[in-house]
Amino acid sequence: MKLAVWTYEGPPHVGAMRIATAMKGVHFVLHAPQGDTYADLLFTMIERRDRRPPVTYTTFQARDLGGDTAELFKTAVQNAYARYKPDALLVGASCTAELIQDDPGGLADALALPIPVVALELPSYQKKENWGAAETFYQIVRALNGATAAEPKAARAPRGDRRPVCNLLGPTALGFRHRDDITEVTKLLASIGVDVGVVAPLGAGVDDIRRLSDADFNIVLYPEIAAPAADWLKRTFGQPFVSIVPIGAGATRDFITKVREVAGLPNGVDSAADDDLAGLRAPWYARSIDSTYLTGKRVFIFGDATHVVAAARIASTELGFEVAGIGTYTREHARDVRAAATALGVEALITDDYLEVEARIIALQPELVLGTQMERHIAKRLGIPSAVISAPVHVQDYPARYAPQMGAEGANVIFDTWVHPLMMGLEEHLITLFKDDFEFHEGSGASHLHASAKAAPATTETADAPRAEAAATRPEPEQIRIDALDPALVRWSADAEAELRKIPFFVRGRARRNTETFAASRGFGVITLETLYDAKAHYSR
Amino acid sequence: MNDLTPVDAASAAPAAGVGCVDAPVLRERGQREVFCGLTGIVWLHRKIQDAFFLIVGSRTCAHLMQSAAGVMIFAEPRFATAIIEEKDLAGLADMNDELDRIVAQLISRRPDIKLLFLVGSCPSEVIKLDLKRAAGRLSRIHAPTLKVLNYSGSGIETTFTQGEDACLAAIAGDLTPAAPAEATHLLVAGCLADIVEDQLRRMLLEIGISSVDFLPGRNSGDLPAIGPGTRYLLAQPFLTDTARILDGLGARPILAPFPLGAEGTFLWLSAAASAFGIDQAHVDRVTAPARARAEAALARIRPRLEGKSIFFFPDSQLEPPLARFVTRELGMVCVEVGSPYLNRQQLAPDLALLPAGTPLSEGQDVDRQLDRCRAARPDLTVCGLGLANPLEAEGLATKWSIELLFSPIQGFEQAGDLAALFARPLVRRELLGVRS
Repeated sequence: MKLAVWTYEGPPHVGAMRIATAMKGVHFVLHAPQGDTYADLLFTMIERRDRRPPVTYTTFQARDLGGDTAELFKTAVQNAYARYKPDALLVGASCTAELIQDDPGGLADALALPIPVVALELPSYQKKENWGAAETFYQIVRALNGATAAEPKAARAPRGDRRPVCNLLGPTALGFRHRDDITEVTKLLASIGVDVGVVAPLGAGVDDIRRLSDADFNIVLYPEIAAPAADWLKRTFGQPFVSIVPIGAGATRDFITKVREVAGLPNGVDSAADDDLAGLRAPWYARSIDSTYLTGKRVFIFGDATHVVAAARIASTELGFEVAGIGTYTREHARDVRAAATALGVEALITDDYLEVEARIIALQPELVLGTQMERHIAKRLGIPSAVISAPVHVQDYPARYAPQMGAEGANVIFDTWVHPLMMGLEEHLITLFKDDFEFHEGSGASHLHASAKAAPATTETADAPRAEAAATRPEPEQIRIDALDPALVRWSADAEAELRKIPFFVRGRARRNTETFAASRGFGVITLETLYDAKAHYSR
Repeated sequence: MNDLTPVDAASAAPAAGVGCVDAPVLRERGQREVFCGLTGIVWLHRKIQDAFFLIVGSRTCAHLMQSAAGVMIFAEPRFATAIIEEKDLAGLADMNDELDRIVAQLISRRPDIKLLFLVGSCPSEVIKLDLKRAAGRLSRIHAPTLKVLNYSGSGIETTFTQGEDACLAAIAGDLTPAAPAEATHLLVAGCLADIVEDQLRRMLLEIGISSVDFLPGRNSGDLPAIGPGTRYLLAQPFLTDTARILDGLGARPILAPFPLGAEGTFLWLSAAASAFGIDQAHVDRVTAPARARAEAALARIRPRLEGKSIFFFPDSQLEPPLARFVTRELGMVCVEVGSPYLNRQQLAPDLALLPAGTPLSEGQDVDRQLDRCRAARPDLTVCGLGLANPLEAEGLATKWSIELLFSPIQGFEQAGDLAALFARPLVRRELLGVRS
């Protein structure tokens, strides 16, 4: 058993729902108890979809368990087929139905429906949502292309004068910015002379899946979802794939170079240049002098592997941040994140326990947190600016406006999204210079942000306030010396406490801890002004 | 506004044939688009301030909990899930040892917890994990600082609000039986917003009932002994099991319409007063100012809703009393009143006040119910979160039913707010110029 408060991923059948909901003409019959229908609201509420997911649940109850749940399943399949007339049917079981072992695949086969039926094995007690989505997409691609695949694999016909065609694989329902990424990448490909054949699973029907092999190559936009399907298409049809994810200016340039190479198009002397990226403003914005204050900002990054690796590259090489730590909840792709971490000289955090992530953020004291909705909440509580870069995300991260993460506009969106929560350069200086201005202080937050979004760091500001007040009223303690001391027992003199508050808030938490540890190690029971600066000197060596 | 049929509030059970008391019910069996009982934890864990809810279940349970409320409650929730893994099912790990380990881990992190609920789920029920025994064992291990109770919120046994029923039944089952000679006192059962609870308590005191307790209490130790001296009054219409446990302890029920709207609240308070032998004229006098306020608030909203048709999808079992409220106090017309489960006995006073011929349904076949709803094209559809946006996209105005659980709606002072919940979707469409 594992104790979980929040989870980054749902169960694998939710991944299967993301594929079914993304596609056209596909219906999913899920053997599941009542209550599992909650998953519908992920799509109708969080993503604001205007129709129900194409999912029929058997919603069996305790009284059915003694009877015939298998019959219930068959009836549900028959009714769903009669009502929705899908072009293909998916069948599977949720965690509870897995335990009663009714074999949805076998039961559905017995009905001999005149449409393809794809049976899904979704081991709920081992696997999670992204795995379920990847497996479902792979099984659909296999099932619908199986007949063609059985024929001897013909050499791919030479392209001749025709423009190269590729498929975009991986976008799903409930994906982070998938809708806009497709538009942006399609535009980008058109600009370099590559056409898009099929986008799948999002918006694809059964016939689209059947013509996947017509394309010259595939582009894996979201490896967490599409990697197994792309691998199979390569093995079966000799279709190469591009797996560079074009998030960030640098990755987008690499993506163009790779696409041209795979498509047999000429690359320029210096491979892809910014000339290829109409409307790319992020690199200039990063170079413009107002962005100087971004230099060395310490950032912590957490999310799915693809978005984390991309974000780490942008942070370190395109914005000049210092990456303080990275991590992912996607164990299946942990290797990529570990490699990125090694390159950055930090340790990767591979976990799906948000409490561990929170502990890491507290330990690292970053100035910006890039993560999922979980990290946004952690950062909010700690008073650290944050931006969302990866699923899982909440309703506000499905914006009405066009806001891709990929391609030129994606790079622009990322620049704005990450920089916006930070305090602007000169403002930060002024606040540090004049600590006591009653209306212009760090507690009032960045002036371009709404008042309620004030950046009052919980770890420093709010925690400090009562201590400072207490320090101001209580009599000045005499220095006490003890041999070994718990840093938590060290007290602050009023003047040292006041001085600490003059230190910029984003490093204050660290300064407090360092000073307390220093004082404890020296056996000082009370931190005076002297101790504070001794500690500063000690740690800056 | 005051055209309400006078009812004898003190009468125990309405006569057969009145209103919808014994009206036929359409019983359906098919896909049920409802939450499971675990969802009740979303409000229960805020209500009982020293309790923690540990779901023993799957990743699906954990995912439900963070999705169901539509928002995540990140203020260190007092609930969590012990996720069953492959090694537990394969017998490689002893599940009881695992549970003990997890509870120890939890308690070390939250030493302030006095009451722990082990909450059963679909998987734990199917594999027949004995949480009652586990709760007894853990209670012994952690006595006296921690008490451990158990109940099931599984979807195979409970629908949405039945989870609260199961939880309150577990609490009630653990209460001390009172001596027969104990003085008469009132127990109000059903989770209410703190503000509503305070208002009702003040009102009951003014009426002259001096000893009033609420189940659940705000803290686990807040409850009195229960016995023949206990009269209990339900504040929520989904407490079938809780009532049975209270009956078993010798407590006697007070039957009343539920305290929704001016009329409902008045009749509810009157029933309590009558059970305690308090003169109705006194109740009339004491409640008059608040009742007048409530009626004035309703009169302002009524013109927007009068004559409009409304369709209730089954969700919380609140549907029949709400139907009574919207028809009698707002003049709406019910196209269908669906409920996951219809407890005719507890609902009798409400059903008696529903216009005869109101279509009632119990259970669900969501596709067929949607067909009926689309055919009727009601002015307002009350439904769950999974159905609301799709119906809006089809041009139907909807009210999310879950808001009726998450908002203070009971009592005189909330009658206007409750009416406003129904009016808001229509007002909004008018503002946005939506054609229906």
